[in-house]
Amino acid sequence: MLNIIWLLLLASGIIIAALNGNIEVVTEAALGAAKGAVEVCFDLVGIMALWLGIMKIAEHAGVVGGIAKLMEPIMVRLFPSVPSDHPAMGAIILNISANMLGLGNAATPFGMKAMQELQRLNHKPDEASEAMCTFLALNTSCITLIPATIIGVRLSFDSSNPTEIVGPCIFATGVAMIIAVSLDYWFRKRSPWGRHR
Amino acid sequence: MLLSFLTLVSKWAIPFLLLVIPIYSYVKKVPVYESFVEGAEEGFTTAVKIIPFLVGMMVAISVFRASGAMEYLTRVLDPLVSRLGAPSEILPLAIMRPLSGSGVLGMATELMRIYGPDSFIGRLASVMQGTTDTTFFVLTVYFGSVGVKKYRYSVITGLTADITGFFAAIYICNILFY
Repeated sequence: MLNIIWLLLLASGIIIAALNGNIEVVTEAALGAAKGAVEVCFDLVGIMALWLGIMKIAEHAGVVGGIAKLMEPIMVRLFPSVPSDHPAMGAIILNISANMLGLGNAATPFGMKAMQELQRLNHKPDEASEAMCTFLALNTSCITLIPATIIGVRLSFDSSNPTEIVGPCIFATGVAMIIAVSLDYWFRKRSPWGRHR
Repeated sequence: MLLSFLTLVSKWAIPFLLLVIPIYSYVKKVPVYESFVEGAEEGFTTAVKIIPFLVGMMVAISVFRASGAMEYLTRVLDPLVSRLGAPSEILPLAIMRPLSGSGVLGMATELMRIYGPDSFIGRLASVMQGTTDTTFFVLTVYFGSVGVKKYRYSVITGLTADITGFFAAIYICNILFY
């Protein structure tokens, strides 16, 4: 799936650039993006370290486990393959909470931590486990309670009501989340792509 | 009222966490600084691990964006989208949504500059920017950090969520703002 998408993006881009007669943008875009990707990763190093450090403190104090315990009834249904006291549960909850509050830079470290914990339970390390797919379905469609960035942009253009989009955002992300979680459930339970072991 | 509450929350969320977690943990007799360093250690290895994945994905997306392929795609999809009650100006934003977070923000900002934040296009662009995450970035970074190469059905789930969010945004904006 991803092989095809990746190839399509790259090949269609190069072919269309050639047809448009500006093939030189391809070289520039490719080299620039390669460099930019590494910069993104290095920007992440410090933020990752900060949040993983804070998370470790919270873990040692039993905060993460406490939150996980609180959410257990929902979490065991969403992630039947993960033991309810597994550290992955806490990291998933932290990631989703950060996403909901629009704290993107805290969400990523928690999310990567969650993936590492889920990977420990994965029988095929180079293949996504079902719990990982469910987690990412939740994550990519997650309800946004505070779309902070876009409120800021609207504010900067002197909108008469910068926050009027909050309700619609909650509605649209809510619908997307319901669909994503349902579809993931269907894939997991009914489709030939689900692994039954 | 709502605005001041929301800005308050987003302004205070991080300082609040940075204050409350260490103090509470210290009371619970956790060696706070040592625990912090222990956790922070993993930051570097995790971030470095995603480099090959992110380079691959960002190069493909960037070439696609720069080539002008977007205009062709917009032309093909335009009749379909205008039938649903969305202005065609919004389409590039919808196509870019799963691919590039910064790209979408740039496009939404540009639309608001041209049409104004309180226009129908400006509002729709705002809602779409605040809806769903950058699916490919999330998949690349999260799977990359653990070395998973086969994403199975998660790509379909993520993209379906994006499309659903797009239609839901059009629907709710047409009801509320049109």
